[in-house]
Amino acid sequence: MLKVKNLKAGIEDSQILKGINLEVNAGEVHAIMGPNGSGKSTLASVIAGKEEYEVVEGNIDFEGDDLLELSPEERAQKGVFLSFQYPVEIPGISVSNFIKTSISEQRKATGMKPMTTKDLLKMMRDKMELLNIKNGYLSRNMNEGFSGGEKKRNEIFQMAMLEPKLSILDETDSGLDIDALRIVANGVNKLKNKNNATIVITHYQRLLDYIVPDFVHVLHNGRIIKSGGKKLALELEEKGYDWITKEADNKWDKLKI
Amino acid sequence: MSEKKKQSEDELLEKVTSTEYKYGFTTDIESDTIPKGLSEEVVRIISSKKNEPEWMLEYRLNAYKTWIEMEEPNWANVNYEKPNYQDVIYYSAPKQKPVLDSLDDLDPEMKKTFDKLGISLEEQKKLANVAVDIVMDSVSVATSFKETLSEKGIIFCSISDAIQEHPKLVKKYLGSVVPTRDNFFSALNSAVFSDGSFCYIPKGVKCPMELSTYFRINEAGTGQFERTLLIADEGSQVSYLEGCTAPMRDENQLHAAVVELVAMDDADIKYSTVQNWYPGNDEGVGGVFNFVTKRGICYKNAKISWTQVETGSAVTWKYPSCILKGDNSIGEFFSVAVTNNFQQADTGTKMIHLGKNTKSTIIAKGICAGKSNGNYRGLVRISKGAANSRNFSQCDSLLMGDKCGSHTFPYIEVKNNSSKIEHEATTSKIGEDQLFYCNQRGIGTEEAIALIVNGYCKDVLNQLPMEFAVEAQKLLEISLEGSVG
Repeated sequence: MLKVKNLKAGIEDSQILKGINLEVNAGEVHAIMGPNGSGKSTLASVIAGKEEYEVVEGNIDFEGDDLLELSPEERAQKGVFLSFQYPVEIPGISVSNFIKTSISEQRKATGMKPMTTKDLLKMMRDKMELLNIKNGYLSRNMNEGFSGGEKKRNEIFQMAMLEPKLSILDETDSGLDIDALRIVANGVNKLKNKNNATIVITHYQRLLDYIVPDFVHVLHNGRIIKSGGKKLALELEEKGYDWITKEADNKWDKLKI
Repeated sequence: MSEKKKQSEDELLEKVTSTEYKYGFTTDIESDTIPKGLSEEVVRIISSKKNEPEWMLEYRLNAYKTWIEMEEPNWANVNYEKPNYQDVIYYSAPKQKPVLDSLDDLDPEMKKTFDKLGISLEEQKKLANVAVDIVMDSVSVATSFKETLSEKGIIFCSISDAIQEHPKLVKKYLGSVVPTRDNFFSALNSAVFSDGSFCYIPKGVKCPMELSTYFRINEAGTGQFERTLLIADEGSQVSYLEGCTAPMRDENQLHAAVVELVAMDDADIKYSTVQNWYPGNDEGVGGVFNFVTKRGICYKNAKISWTQVETGSAVTWKYPSCILKGDNSIGEFFSVAVTNNFQQADTGTKMIHLGKNTKSTIIAKGICAGKSNGNYRGLVRISKGAANSRNFSQCDSLLMGDKCGSHTFPYIEVKNNSSKIEHEATTSKIGEDQLFYCNQRGIGTEEAIALIVNGYCKDVLNQLPMEFAVEAQKLLEISLEGSVG
């Protein structure tokens, strides 16, 4: 589904991603872990197409399309979804209005007929039930006055409504208490199927107790320095990041010589 | 900001300036005009062409004498070449003035114009239950629903007809809220006003439909001087809609309207405007000069609510105001003012609290794009006798791009210590983060801006009657096509 090859990207003069290789297939859950500043969120932003990042080398293939050639909205229309670390407020626009616009724009782009209001409302109700969301939520303005947990749940609700092929969850666990975390994680698990894929970006192993990954990658200093199964996450939890990062730093230092 | 990002922003901003006015066309209708310029003689010609009684001529001549002694005001934060008032045609009327029983009798050319605007009168009649008094170049050519209204004793006609048929009411109230010498433009209007609307709602009557007038400036170089007088007698209720579009012109067109509202005890007037006159081209050439004086007076327990969506005109100078004379009266002002390209707007309101327990609310939303300049100017005056009066003001500005400007000039005068005033103001830009968020959900940048702007204006758009709100939303989208911040 997703093939990232030798991706190098940064902001202005500073290079943040220094050659990322990553392959994600349908039905898989990948976790990307790493210390602060390792480039996790940058990777998510570059895949989604945030313009302030400049790609200097490499490519991203998504189901045969070169993502780097597409605008952010075209990427979304192809089925790439980013759950934001810091979801933004859109004052005066209700959750239902926003999602309605989003769905109708995506359907328009893919040549599908617009959804009837009746179908849309039914779908909203079903997904709200799935995510334990109470009534009254749809008429609130997008993220305005939402608590941290509500914002993250709103992201997952949109993911449920848009049914993307690839979901990237950027630090979805940050700022959540254990109950909110469980609700969000359960939602993600329920939405998982053999045709879609998920990339979970997190600093802590905690979220991976609930969303169990097939693969774990450790990102450090703009490179994936170690990949493995879910056990790797537990190992990191136990030993911290130092033991791998030091090893990697030594290796790259030697290469420079 | 990266170079690439900057470049794409510049490109989009380029696009803004290349978005042309979509309602630019003229209707080919034979007109009867008088020579350019203003003199006592011209005032006499206007009055006699309209067969006016002596008192009306006197009123006009007085106004003319006042006007020639006045100077055009300079205090507004707008820059424009002052019009040459001797180079304006002050009267223009379609040659045949047909009397229409139904809209099917309308001149086909004129009908085409309305079709182009997307204002199908038949449809409006059926769907919106609106009585439409069309003012096409100064003279009313069609009035509908008159019968339904007259059953309730409601008078809704052109001001010219009112001068002939209801001289007592006109004589009593004309100039009672906006005196001739109030300002330069009101004096000019009082001297030469060609037509406009008159409305009287009798005691205790709730007007069964929205009253609506569509204004158009049609004759090249003709200034339009509308005069509107609306009287809501004790305990009555009315909602009045005013919407405008103008054809594309190269030379500046002068527009100086006066609107007077009288809300007697317990009366309720809602006055809504959508203004989309030609704003000039992308180089700032042409466009309508819109110098309007709108004011209402509230007696005991009365309420006046002004709602405006201003997207047009090259220069706008407009402050719909309320004089809260009676105890417990209420004044409201809801405004969205959009400026793009080289448009300039200096608009706001005045709330004059005289009575006890009077209340006013001001919600003003400015949106600036291109190289435009948008200003809010508002006055809240609480007089000594206005005990326990209250005001709430909220003035927000939304900027798009880095070439536009926005200013807020709130004047507050309080002479009473039992009163309460609140003022809130914000200035924001449409954030890149907001746009990216929308983009990431598959919403393109144009759509995203429309969405964000609609959300921003929601408090004002909600005040508009349903059918008007849709039109206003469409206008906002057209006005801001291609803008990005």
